[in-house]
Amino acid sequence: MLKQIRDGDWISLVLWLFRAVVILLVLYGTVAKLFFGVGNAYSGRDWANFFISGLSQGSLYALIALGYTLVYGVLFMINFAHGEFFMSGTLTATVFVALPLSASGFLDRTPIIGMMLILITAMSVSMGVALLTERVAYRPLRRAPRLVPLITAIGASFFWQYYFRGLFGSSLIPFPELQVLQGRYTILGVEILKTRAVVIVASLIMLVGLYFFVMRTKTGKAIRAVAEDKDVAALMGIDVDRTIAITFATGAAMAGAAGVLYGLVFRQVVFSMGFVPGIKAFTAAVLGGIGSIPGAALGGLFLGIFEAIGPPLFLEGLGIPGGHQLKDVIAFTMLVLVLIFRPQGIIGERLAEKKA
Amino acid sequence: MAQFDVRETMRLGLLAGVVAVTVSMVGMVESFNQRDVITRYLTLGQLLLFTAPVVAGFLTVKRAGDRSWRALPNGALAGLFAALPIFALLLLTLAVPTIRQQLVNVSPTLIRILTFDNGQLVGGLLMMAAMGGLGLLGAVVYVVPDRISDPISLAVGWTLLVGLLSEVLLNVLRPLLSREVVRFLFGTRGIQWQTAVIIFLILAIAVFLWRNGGRTYYQRIPRQVLHWLALALAILIVWIPRDFSWLPPSINPLWIKIGLTLIPLILEALLFFSTRSATQPALVKSITDNQLGRARLASRYLIVLLILPAILGVYLTEVVDNIGLFILMGLGLNIVVGFAGLLDLGYVAFFAIGAYVTGILTSTGPLGVAGLSFWVALPIAVAASTVSGLILGIPVLRMRGDYLAIVTLGFGEIIRVLAVSDLLKPYIGGAQGVLQIPKPVLFGFTILQPQHFYYIILAGVFLALFIAGRLRDARLGRQWMAMREDEDVAEAMGIHLVNTKLLAFGIGAAFSGLAGSIFAARLGSIFPHSFALLISINVLSLIIVGGMGSLPGVVVGALVLVGLPELLREFAEYRLLLYGALLIAMMVRRPEGLWPSPVRRRELHAEDDLAMQEPA
Repeated sequence: MLKQIRDGDWISLVLWLFRAVVILLVLYGTVAKLFFGVGNAYSGRDWANFFISGLSQGSLYALIALGYTLVYGVLFMINFAHGEFFMSGTLTATVFVALPLSASGFLDRTPIIGMMLILITAMSVSMGVALLTERVAYRPLRRAPRLVPLITAIGASFFWQYYFRGLFGSSLIPFPELQVLQGRYTILGVEILKTRAVVIVASLIMLVGLYFFVMRTKTGKAIRAVAEDKDVAALMGIDVDRTIAITFATGAAMAGAAGVLYGLVFRQVVFSMGFVPGIKAFTAAVLGGIGSIPGAALGGLFLGIFEAIGPPLFLEGLGIPGGHQLKDVIAFTMLVLVLIFRPQGIIGERLAEKKA
Repeated sequence: MAQFDVRETMRLGLLAGVVAVTVSMVGMVESFNQRDVITRYLTLGQLLLFTAPVVAGFLTVKRAGDRSWRALPNGALAGLFAALPIFALLLLTLAVPTIRQQLVNVSPTLIRILTFDNGQLVGGLLMMAAMGGLGLLGAVVYVVPDRISDPISLAVGWTLLVGLLSEVLLNVLRPLLSREVVRFLFGTRGIQWQTAVIIFLILAIAVFLWRNGGRTYYQRIPRQVLHWLALALAILIVWIPRDFSWLPPSINPLWIKIGLTLIPLILEALLFFSTRSATQPALVKSITDNQLGRARLASRYLIVLLILPAILGVYLTEVVDNIGLFILMGLGLNIVVGFAGLLDLGYVAFFAIGAYVTGILTSTGPLGVAGLSFWVALPIAVAASTVSGLILGIPVLRMRGDYLAIVTLGFGEIIRVLAVSDLLKPYIGGAQGVLQIPKPVLFGFTILQPQHFYYIILAGVFLALFIAGRLRDARLGRQWMAMREDEDVAEAMGIHLVNTKLLAFGIGAAFSGLAGSIFAARLGSIFPHSFALLISINVLSLIIVGGMGSLPGVVVGALVLVGLPELLREFAEYRLLLYGALLIAMMVRRPEGLWPSPVRRRELHAEDDLAMQEPA
């Protein structure tokens, strides 16, 4: 660092100062909170609750982040519309499956089959939307300059948001409550909302499943080959277009599933629900090292927990009022910091500047 | 003779049908149906619905390339296929009458529109017949020789556009024409069918004559004559009686009319005599004829622009003001995205900073700190935006392309969240915003009405156009473009990337700050929800649609993407849906934009040529 300053590289200096200030602020807030008791007093159980809610939120981020990571892996592009894949499946499944099933009592009589139906609908609608987007907005532009597919992705994102708003209206739609999932489990003396527990477990199962899909199946091997080098993969007899489409569909299926879990936790869905989780999940993917599946999972969990514990911990410690409003600021600041200082992420499987 | 592929016909037809069903199900057909294009005969909703089979019929025949009458049934077939999805939707509403609980926009009104008020089955069959006929029409357009079909289709297109914008036209023409004439030409909404026929005939004949020899006659008319004609037209527009009630009482409108007539005439006279005399002044010598011609043409536009608020009236001037603000922002973002190639999605942040700085410095309410006048606050606001552009630019200096986009998006959101949060509430008012921002005062005259702001915005736009144009041709502009093409090569050529990038961010932000400052003064109060991400997307869309890196493109983009939705209020709800579709369509079909910069067009076409050669 000293050498950089001597060389007159003031940009590095400014960036280092920026990082130092942020870290100092976080440390100061934490110390003030923990040792001097600034702000509200929280019990150990409160902290456990923050942690658990962060964990369940984080596992949703992880599921969505997979889509970013997979697509980035094969195409080196940020699929800005991924948040909309998440929204489309959930919204459709809620309106056409979950609400009617819940009204007829089917969902409470056979919750497992009901949830399966909801999940399958959400995942297939998300996949359909993803395949359509890929075909229309991305495939024709595969050889275009890098900014071009990003712009179409932004276009696709807004198109889908307002398309579904047109279909289902702009009001909040309630997601049905399952009787089985009311109440709490007590694990090791900590009470956990049943929905949160289900979300965490379901996400873990899906993450592991996806990992095996990519690592152990032939299709997964094709995806990895295309990610490595499209031209050589084509020479090896892999249908590149089809593999890319499968990649999109896989990511979208995970997003669709995440959407249903989101509905379970937050109990309402709306056309604009995809945007913020989408950006957060992207942050998670970058945090973990974009292109890496375990990275996406780790990044998601880390971001969720950090976001849940941050406001009560260091924002209150700094004496900032209304800390929970600034959750998004924490996530975005983290995104900026990671992209500046460690663009390869925690796992760092791939260099961020590798060009397509 | 070309072979027809029935599967291709089916594919195109069904695609058109799906589009038609989509626009119906999201509610566009129903809400656009409230706007008549031709009174009692054609609504915008129907137009939207019926364009699909015409296009399907046209494309089917065009794909096969068959211009004989034998091609016609294929067009009709495509139209019939296009009706199938609509028919399916109608059957669905029969089978599940409660479908509206799920699909909120499948309303009885929509069904009435889709069935011509005849019940699902009969109406559905009618709809099929209509769609088949329209598909046939589309095929006819292709089969008929261009000599005939071009004037007709152009004239139809323009007639429909006039019908669509009839409200604007009515606003402008009402003070000029007697009530009977107005009633003859315009219905309650849209134009009367007589008007449509008249406009269509005039246009069709004009285009036909133009295509068949008119152009060569036109080219024989000396330039001088055209210049004088244009001037005469501009002066005529100045003298048409107008609404000048917004002028300060000390100014007589007559002086303005006389001034706008005499000044250009005197200039023309000076020019005329100076070019005649043997000893030409140095000024005239240094200007080429071409430049002179362009300047004279521009001066005609300027005359009309100066008198415009008096022609348009309050409501339309307000629309134009909005367009102007978006042009200002577009010119700024065009520097960042179009010239320097840095995709900035948080651009609204600088608009917000400009607005908030102006608001806080000038407000007379509890949040105001200085009580400055607008004219002092304006440069401070612009400076504040520039500085924040530089500061936000530093962290993203080393990022490329897509990461930059996401991080700037994050910055925009951070600023918006901060503006709403309790943290900054004591300073900038949180969700309640900053109120009681006084109107600017100029020489003792309060700038109050949209017509007054029009001149401020016009001045701002001209200043911005001038600066952006000069920068583009300056060393800095060339550095930006070199950087846009390839950062590494640009650096190797000795371009200082850090400074160049920061200047792009700073100057781009300054334009946006200027727009924000005027925005704050115009509204008199600012709220954080005015600075949503959608504004950034709006500005980005307009420069992409206009043509990235092109200055006239920004103006065209703003007219189309801001002006049209403001005039057609039905669009408001579907604005972003259409922007999204438009962004994709532009990028796939016409990446250079509606009015591209010459350099960009050449580049993109060179790429096309290479792509064409590749498979060979």
